[in-house]
Amino acid sequence: MAKIGYKDDSAVVIIGSGAGGGTLANELCQKGIKVVVLEAGKRHTIDDFTNDEWAAFGQLSWLDKRTTSGNWRVAKDFPNLPAWICKTVGGTTVHWAGASLRLQAHELQARSTYGEIDGANLLDWPLTLEELEPYYAKAEDKMGVTRTNGIPGLPGNNNFKVMYAGATRLGYKEVHTGRMAINSRPRDGRNACMQLGFCFQGCKSGAKWSTLYTEIPKAEATGQLDLRPQSHVLRIEHDDSGKASGVVYVDKDGNQQRQAARVVAVAGNSIETPRLLLNSASSAFPDGLANSSGQVGRNYMRHMTGSVYGVFDKPVNAYRGTTMAGIVQDEAHNDPARGFVGGYEMETLFLGTPFMAAFLDPGAWGAEFAGDMDAYDHMAGMWLVGEDMPREGNRITLHDSETDQYGMPIPNVHFDDHPNDIAMRSHAYRQGSAVYEAAGATKTIETPPYPSTHNLGTCRQSAKPADGVCNKFGQSHDVANLFISDGSQFTTGGAENPTLTIVSLAIRQADYIAEEMGRKAI
Amino acid sequence: MERRIKGMNRRQFLQTSGLTAAGTAFAAPLLTAADRAWAIELSGALDQHTADTLLKMVRRLYPHSTLSDIYYGYVVEDLDRAAKSDEQVAKLLKDGVKKLDRALQIDFLDLSDGYQLKVLEGMSDSAFFEKVRSTTIVSLYNQELVWRHFGYEGASYPYGGYINRGFDDLAWLPEPPAEASPPKQS
Repeated sequence: MAKIGYKDDSAVVIIGSGAGGGTLANELCQKGIKVVVLEAGKRHTIDDFTNDEWAAFGQLSWLDKRTTSGNWRVAKDFPNLPAWICKTVGGTTVHWAGASLRLQAHELQARSTYGEIDGANLLDWPLTLEELEPYYAKAEDKMGVTRTNGIPGLPGNNNFKVMYAGATRLGYKEVHTGRMAINSRPRDGRNACMQLGFCFQGCKSGAKWSTLYTEIPKAEATGQLDLRPQSHVLRIEHDDSGKASGVVYVDKDGNQQRQAARVVAVAGNSIETPRLLLNSASSAFPDGLANSSGQVGRNYMRHMTGSVYGVFDKPVNAYRGTTMAGIVQDEAHNDPARGFVGGYEMETLFLGTPFMAAFLDPGAWGAEFAGDMDAYDHMAGMWLVGEDMPREGNRITLHDSETDQYGMPIPNVHFDDHPNDIAMRSHAYRQGSAVYEAAGATKTIETPPYPSTHNLGTCRQSAKPADGVCNKFGQSHDVANLFISDGSQFTTGGAENPTLTIVSLAIRQADYIAEEMGRKAI
Repeated sequence: MERRIKGMNRRQFLQTSGLTAAGTAFAAPLLTAADRAWAIELSGALDQHTADTLLKMVRRLYPHSTLSDIYYGYVVEDLDRAAKSDEQVAKLLKDGVKKLDRALQIDFLDLSDGYQLKVLEGMSDSAFFEKVRSTTIVSLYNQELVWRHFGYEGASYPYGGYINRGFDDLAWLPEPPAEASPPKQS
């Protein structure tokens, strides 16, 4: 591993080590570029992971206090936990389920396709699917996505069998075990899936792609990476010419450090990334770094989500095997005749008893809830995930009085469901229930959204600097050597789980950074 | 996990030591089964009446008729531990139980099941109620023996996962075709 001096201003400093930051780091190191990665969390190994939901939650989650506002139900159920994401080397790739889907062409042209929608701040991406496709192909190969590159699909578990039976009886055609970055057979030095049922707790099979044990060690092997876990970034500094010049952080021993930088790439997820830019305000950038558009922190998206559980007479034991074991894609297209724009995916999902109790109907108590829990091993479950509308008022702001353990203002996450989100969720609940009824369910349960794992849009790409924060390479419009490298750069969310797109954008961004550094433009 | 193990050890101690509520050296309140098959001793942060009332309350909140009181007792043990480490929590719980007793001018423990439910519904917006409920939803459902009750098997890694142990053993629906669900790779 490289040791890069604090005053050495020749390296790319990346904040965050998840899907965006971890991938970008490895791609740059492979090109011979020096990289410092500052990661707020600790470095764990696969051996550290535990098959225990609450223990793993405490081990891996970002639990620093956040506040919430708005009419979304998460603000009521989990007022200080708007997002279920990680604070660890590897970021949320340690926790994610592995679904790896490409955006659809029309989703990158949301404004043109859906037209003007009241209360939505829709915009086309400055990027087409055609431009992204070569990078999607690289990402799928890197991550070992099933049903690509000749990699077989995963075998379906019990939960998938119920989904498949119901969905096909309902007439759905695109029903299978998904495109998953989980090895169905050993590949790239990683094992095959053991069907543990603990994807969210850190994959002890090592079968699921995570930057923690793929990109990060590969980057270290080049000798170009200086990874600094437990480094909590406070602000990004700039020089008199308005270029990013260094990053101030608190290190693992609690000491404040300043790392000089040639380029700064922010990949702290869609809550921490805008928080950091807003907290980096200066006299030259009074509204926050790279925020001349006023869009930093705005257009926060978290996907239309919800879950449906079906209760059956016979046992399902759906907790066994991959958490996200199958998908129905027939509702993923755009068909405004359904009463909403955009589409959604139906993906199996199941939780252990501890988390089922916590998330099935947050706040519920009494005989009916207990009766539902009594049916735990007779249940099948699916997660509904679809495109939500970007709204200017849905935003991350700095709290005006509360600060974290380092004295940095905590973030507030404001979210109001758009009527389109509610129409889509209602449709998805009905269709999800119909799937389980077709498979013989005696009861179906509509479960509200969990804290967000898909946090998107708060530093979005735009063709015009006035409409967003960065260009189609994630380069900020205002500061040439400052990049957005995570899901914050999504202009719109699409229906698909975002990780594959984040990884693809990071690979593409690495090519661009290397070129721009090569020609001394940054 | 630590909590579960501690609870087990303590119970085993009380079982194997032959101590009973009458013979114990502990002066602290004790939750016991009617037949003294188990006992959980508390810290003393909560008095016996408060502890007994909380035990009944947590069972009313999440009533599983086939779960023995001991599993609810471990929830009270967690509340007791929280009360011991934070006086504010102790006060919240003790005052809350007083309100439960005063709601219908009859001690909560002496009320019928239906009246107990009615009292709880009337207090469901209070900080006391939410403290007890939110503790219970985590503590009750995070016990390994409770998992067995629900058919959940807990950690699977020590047993090689479910790849050879029934991840796809559901047989009451048709098997999906291989193109939708390929066979496992050997």
